[in-house]
Amino acid sequence: MKLHLKIWRQRDAQSNGALVDYDLDGIDQHMSFLEMMDTLNGQLILNGDMPVEFDHDCREGICGSCGMMVNGQAHGPVAGLTVCQLHMREFKDGATIYVEPFRAAAFPLKRDLKIDRSAFDRIIQAGGFISASTGSAIEANNLPITHDMAESAFDSAACIGCGACVATCKNSSAALFTSAKVSHLVKLPQGKLEAEKRVIQMVGQMDVEGFGHCSNTEACEVKCPQGISVLNIAMMNWEFNKSSLLG
Amino acid sequence: MILNAKIPDGPLEDKWTTYKEKAKLVNPANRKKLNIIVVGTGLSGSSAAASLAELGYNIQSFCFQDSARRAHSVAAQGGVNAAKNYQNDGDSVYRMFYDTLKGGDFRSREANVYRLAECSLNLIDQAVAQGVPFAREYGGYLSNRSFGGVQVSRTFYARGQTGQQLLLGAYQALIRQVGIGKVKLHTRHEMLDLVLVDGKAKGIIVRNLDTGDIERFAADAVVIATGGFGKIYYLSTLAMGCNASAIWRAHKKGALMACPSWTQMHPTCLPQAGDYQSKLTLMSESLRNDGRIWVPKLKDEKRKANEIPEEERDYYLERRYPTFGNLAPRDISSRAAKERIDAGFGVGPLNNAVYLDFSKAIKEQGIDKIREKYKNLFSMYKKITDDDAYQAPMKISPAAHFSMGGLWVDYELMTTIPGLFAVGEANFADHGANRLGANSLLQASIDGYFILPYTLTNYLAGELKTEKITIKHRAFDIAEAEVNEQLQLLVNINGTKTADHFHKELGKLLYDKCGLSRTAKGLTEAIAGIELLSGKFYRELRVSGTEGEINAELEKAGRVADYLEMARLMCYDALTRNESCGAHFREEYQTPDGEALRNDKDFCFVSAWEWPGRGIEPILHPEPLVFEFIKLSVRSYS
Ligand SMILES: Cc1cc2nc3c(=O)[nH]c(=O)nc-3n(C[C@H](O)[C@H](O)[C@H](O)COP(=O)(O)OP(=O)(O)OC[C@H]3O[C@@H](n4cnc5c(N)ncnc54)[C@H](O)[C@@H]3O)c2cc1C
Ligand code: FES
Repeated sequence: MKLHLKIWRQRDAQSNGALVDYDLDGIDQHMSFLEMMDTLNGQLILNGDMPVEFDHDCREGICGSCGMMVNGQAHGPVAGLTVCQLHMREFKDGATIYVEPFRAAAFPLKRDLKIDRSAFDRIIQAGGFISASTGSAIEANNLPITHDMAESAFDSAACIGCGACVATCKNSSAALFTSAKVSHLVKLPQGKLEAEKRVIQMVGQMDVEGFGHCSNTEACEVKCPQGISVLNIAMMNWEFNKSSLLG
Repeated sequence: MILNAKIPDGPLEDKWTTYKEKAKLVNPANRKKLNIIVVGTGLSGSSAAASLAELGYNIQSFCFQDSARRAHSVAAQGGVNAAKNYQNDGDSVYRMFYDTLKGGDFRSREANVYRLAECSLNLIDQAVAQGVPFAREYGGYLSNRSFGGVQVSRTFYARGQTGQQLLLGAYQALIRQVGIGKVKLHTRHEMLDLVLVDGKAKGIIVRNLDTGDIERFAADAVVIATGGFGKIYYLSTLAMGCNASAIWRAHKKGALMACPSWTQMHPTCLPQAGDYQSKLTLMSESLRNDGRIWVPKLKDEKRKANEIPEEERDYYLERRYPTFGNLAPRDISSRAAKERIDAGFGVGPLNNAVYLDFSKAIKEQGIDKIREKYKNLFSMYKKITDDDAYQAPMKISPAAHFSMGGLWVDYELMTTIPGLFAVGEANFADHGANRLGANSLLQASIDGYFILPYTLTNYLAGELKTEKITIKHRAFDIAEAEVNEQLQLLVNINGTKTADHFHKELGKLLYDKCGLSRTAKGLTEAIAGIELLSGKFYRELRVSGTEGEINAELEKAGRVADYLEMARLMCYDALTRNESCGAHFREEYQTPDGEALRNDKDFCFVSAWEWPGRGIEPILHPEPLVFEFIKLSVRSYS
């Protein structure tokens, strides 16, 4: 395949960035999108240019490292995928592909497609855990949890923290990310004890970090590689209001 | 050097309890004065850092990803073992101990393995308390499944994402301590050297990957939890950034490396499709519970899988290992696949795969049941290959997966450098020559949650009175200067080939000569080949940019430089072990029907290697394995 790439290049947060054109030939349609980027980088290096910086690690859709806007969509055109799982067979020979970083005020750019998502860590730090120090646990089967509730908690817990939800949202809201953790923990009996404090603090941190408000467009769910449901946001709102009123 | 594993005396069942009862303590007021560096935030590093912080120590924690939650533990799919015996199917701590020891082909220590099985009970409790959403039965109790190489169901799982969920539990425990102020987390920092003062580990040199700055950190003890180095084979199930650098630099500072050539090749991975490929994705081993593995009986078979009639299929695992069949342990399954592929029966466009077929299970259990069990795996398969495994068998092949070898540690998980500990996949400890499925999430967690808090405390109790070292110490100047020199060396070569080029070459060479099967001749050639490749690397490498900025190419180049040295040691390790055991199969040592021939008389030891300096042959220090409680048997699965 032949491709025309338009890739966002920016040296650092302070510099101006721009889309730069690259023509690439001999791309195999079974390559993954990141393998295509590797191929480009290999050529750039040998030409004495700087390769395009992007985050990636597991390359199997689970670590949440990768993420870029491909033709204006977070992780590219296919639903339910991270960009590391996207394959070139999804594109036509001769296609023009725009590649840009995830953009949000709370995700400052580091270089090219690399961004700083540490705000997510700080949201979890604000309360996205159960305070169970090592050694204090009770025998696991003394705490039965219904099959369906365990599965439902899992559905929320499956978030990989990639940031596609934020990048997709017109308000750059982190509601899907935050609510997934709030819901995961509140669905489980062991997570209920700290539920009130947790939701208030996590939502508070979301604001501190500069994420926008959720206006229920539900675009985040569509672009979430893990299929995290917007019902989590409803649950977070419910928990938040309950805690604010009663707490 | 005489290696002392420091195994406590007494009956097997009492050793760990005895150790804990006798270990020295540090009082809470003094713990606040002690600093510990933990490199790595995978299951082992996060659990260690969180548990030690809970005790009151000050922790500096490091990882190279942009968040601690992205460590490669996140990718584990299948599950985690524990001898809870919830299924009432005859499991026990002893049975798990024996399965693990036997699975490892009797090349690990009885006492360590027993402790692993013993502590497995608490791990499940701990994970559930943290909110890990393990699979449950309809009655609300925890569900289990069985994994390769054992006959009981002792594997706990969270759909196909057990590693992710366990890691999130540990990450959340870690990040809670960051909030409390007991852990200082440094993401995007790569350890590039270990600093010794008076022979003890007292600090590290790291590169800040976001700025290129070289930074120093001092502490009273250092824990290495940097995971496996299977990525040395280039194509592997590991993440792109997995590396041997931290353990290798520690090795060069004096820590012995144990059995580095023992690499597990996982039998159920997606085969390589082309030269551009950057990794081989694992399809969980749990698929072997319902999938049947076969190749055509006819060489150069041109028909599609579904068109080949039953009697023309060779279910070679069922044929060779009737008791375990498709659930035979990983080393055996992988080798059997390689045997068929090498004999010309491989399938797929490159003839490098075997079939994993679900048609019988779908017929017997219905497609819905199979979908419920494996939905995410089947859809992952579809995403990558564009093929539908409900309609036609998957194509799979073996790939480099897990490093049984690593830094040599004693019973306390301390390396041969006082104050330097190694946990998780980075150490050589419990898995012997072959790791059983679902045992390493366990080992990584146990090391961090339950063992290190005792053993590290025991060490630190002796450090209270020693002089506090700061980063102004001369040892830091020297180490930092060496790191800078190495980085500049790589940047300045200015050749014509990328780091990936050399990494791929090295990977091919290792798969070929130090992979699923090895020979003395091949290994000797490999050592020469690596020598040549290293020479080319330092002449022809090209890295763009400088060391003082974000530079992913430079990171890669540094890792490849260490891999080249590690690979050489792996080949010496494999060459000097004149037997076949577990993942280490030497073609010269096999039975007439092609099974591994172990040699307990001459090789019942752990090979621990000393770095003698560049270009000199590594020095072997054997640690004899003494079996007091069990009798060595032939590991037969037929
Ligand atoms: C695809 C796959 C599936 C698996 N499935 C299972 C399974 O089902 N059951 C099971 O029991 N086991 C499984 N395993 C094995 C198991 O996941 C690992 O052995 C285990 O998670 C390793 O944990 P760890 O803490 O030792 O290392 P990791 O989780 O790999 O963490 C390593 C950490 O070290 C950091 N690091 C590395 N190098 C440096 C450096 N130089 N400087 C600073 N930081 C560094 C990284 O940033 C990371 O934080 C699987 C492995 C793979 C690859
Ligand atoms: S690289 Fe891990 S999710 Fe894409």
